[in-house]
Amino acid sequence: MLLAEQALNGLQYGMMLFLMAAGLTLVFGVMGLINLAHGSLYMTGAFACAAVAAATGSFWLGLVASLAAAAAAGALVEVAVIRRLYARDHLDQVLATFALILIFSEGARWLFGSFPLYLKLPPSLSGAVVLPGGLHYPLFRLVIIGFGAAVAVGLWWLITRTRLGIRIRAGEADREMIGALGVDIARLYTIVFALGAALAGFAGALVGSIQSVQVGMGEPVLILAFVVVVIGGIGSIKGAFVGALLVGMTDTLGKALLPGLLSQVVEASSAKTVGASLASVLIYVLMAVVLIMRPQGLFGARG
Amino acid sequence: MGELLNRDAIINLVIFALLVAVALGAHLAGDGFTVTLATKAAIFGLAGVGLNLALGYGGLISFGHAAFFGIGGYVTGILASHASSGMPVVTLPFTIMGSNEMLGIWPVAMLAGGVAALAIGALSLRTSGVYFIMVTLAFAQMLYYFAISWSRYGGEDGLSFYVRNTFPGLNTFAPIQYFAICAVLLALALVFTAVVTQSRFGLALQAARQNSQRAVAVGIRPYAIRLTAFVLSGMIVGLAGSLYADLNRFVSPAMLSWHMSGEIMVFVILGGVGRLCGPVAGAAIYILLEHVLGGISDYWQALLGLLLLGIVLFAPGGLIGIVTRRGRHA
Repeated sequence: MLLAEQALNGLQYGMMLFLMAAGLTLVFGVMGLINLAHGSLYMTGAFACAAVAAATGSFWLGLVASLAAAAAAGALVEVAVIRRLYARDHLDQVLATFALILIFSEGARWLFGSFPLYLKLPPSLSGAVVLPGGLHYPLFRLVIIGFGAAVAVGLWWLITRTRLGIRIRAGEADREMIGALGVDIARLYTIVFALGAALAGFAGALVGSIQSVQVGMGEPVLILAFVVVVIGGIGSIKGAFVGALLVGMTDTLGKALLPGLLSQVVEASSAKTVGASLASVLIYVLMAVVLIMRPQGLFGARG
Repeated sequence: MGELLNRDAIINLVIFALLVAVALGAHLAGDGFTVTLATKAAIFGLAGVGLNLALGYGGLISFGHAAFFGIGGYVTGILASHASSGMPVVTLPFTIMGSNEMLGIWPVAMLAGGVAALAIGALSLRTSGVYFIMVTLAFAQMLYYFAISWSRYGGEDGLSFYVRNTFPGLNTFAPIQYFAICAVLLALALVFTAVVTQSRFGLALQAARQNSQRAVAVGIRPYAIRLTAFVLSGMIVGLAGSLYADLNRFVSPAMLSWHMSGEIMVFVILGGVGRLCGPVAGAAIYILLEHVLGGISDYWQALLGLLLLGIVLFAPGGLIGIVTRRGRHA
């Protein structure tokens, strides 16, 4: 029973990471850009949701606002800063987007203060449901799993079945060539960046609803999203999906089960502390193993 | 001789002399706070010099050097706390006692930093480009979370030790004497970097950065060379972490955080990548900005962000690059 609940938690966590990693991996794949400020867009979405939900009283409007605000912030940042970085080396990209984090975080602190904000879920989404087998599970976490799955299907459809998707894939393969064929690359890049930003903002709003909305909430998730992208392979949405679920499951189940498993071997109190320490580094061990076996990631095309 | 007297060399000397002059001037004026700030600049500069070896000369964009900084710090904190409690650090397979002698602590901090750099580097250097950045970041983050959950040494709250470690013949509690220790170590690291980068090894490292395939063609093995540079870099940063722990008499997981990695990188960039004294200038400017901008606004990091953005977009050679009118790696 505990296992089933933890597995669902892991699935929910993985879906969340997928929303973050999908945008990162798209931007890596298409533009070759490393974007540290992705976590700031996640935070932007969360704050937009909290502010709009508080002002209008509607959580749904807040969710819409998180998508819109993060996409708008993403488009703005792309046009103002990111666009100048595509031709630069990775070092410049890291620094410029690190600078963006500082600006976003301090801006959010100035606007909203340092105290965490809490979102109130509407009655239709709160409470628990009884799953087959008698397990009580929070409804909203199931909704998040549903949103994640829907986004995964939507992205798959977008990339493989639409004209925009064809252009994105073409842009990944050869940017000069599709420019020569008359595609407006600058606009395509802005759209891809805004799309990734919107997904991050959406993830921020959803996580903000179960935890809290505060400055700096994006960074831990950003680094986990990096781990996901490294495991899945740069530029691969499928890799991001598989990697995110792997990381989500490993982390959640590791934290839930490791202390118990260790207590079979060593005495209880040290099993608890050692288990907690081990569980906290488990996903990085997973990453190291993937790096040793396949340095280009599970689904990475380029080495 | 021309080598000694070129514009870069003069600027290197001026930067170091300025740092010492500020500390001495503040000491004579009885301003211990400014001496401590100069000490902090020297320590951060040392960390930057260490990172510069990998980043500037080796082209290895490590976003995980906080790992070595924090390891150096934790080694210092753990040894010092065991020295004051009298309990051995480990008893198996042999007994290691704590220590409050800087001369004993530094080699352990550097060794620990070097061993960690060997392990992280051996894995990370299998990748390149964006992967390398993310993987180094992730490994540093792993240590960060490990430190947070390691309750034996303070966990999230960090670890305090109440007495600064000792150095024979000096009173390390006097700000100017501790500054002198840090400045001498910084100078040694600068000389070491200057010698190493002009050696066969240093030239091979730079060749591998500029054109890896060509380097391979003339018989250089980039992996081994880069790993060596990464380990040396980790050792210097570990030493800086040890000094920083002693400066504050406190270590916490914050020393291992990715924000710290970003800051060490900022020191290198503010001054200018791949320049001998660039990181020292960068660290000094960073400390200066922290206090000037911090006095103007509580949100000084946003101003720092704007400045950093401006430098990346418009002055890729860093601030020294503006003075020497030369771009990066000229």
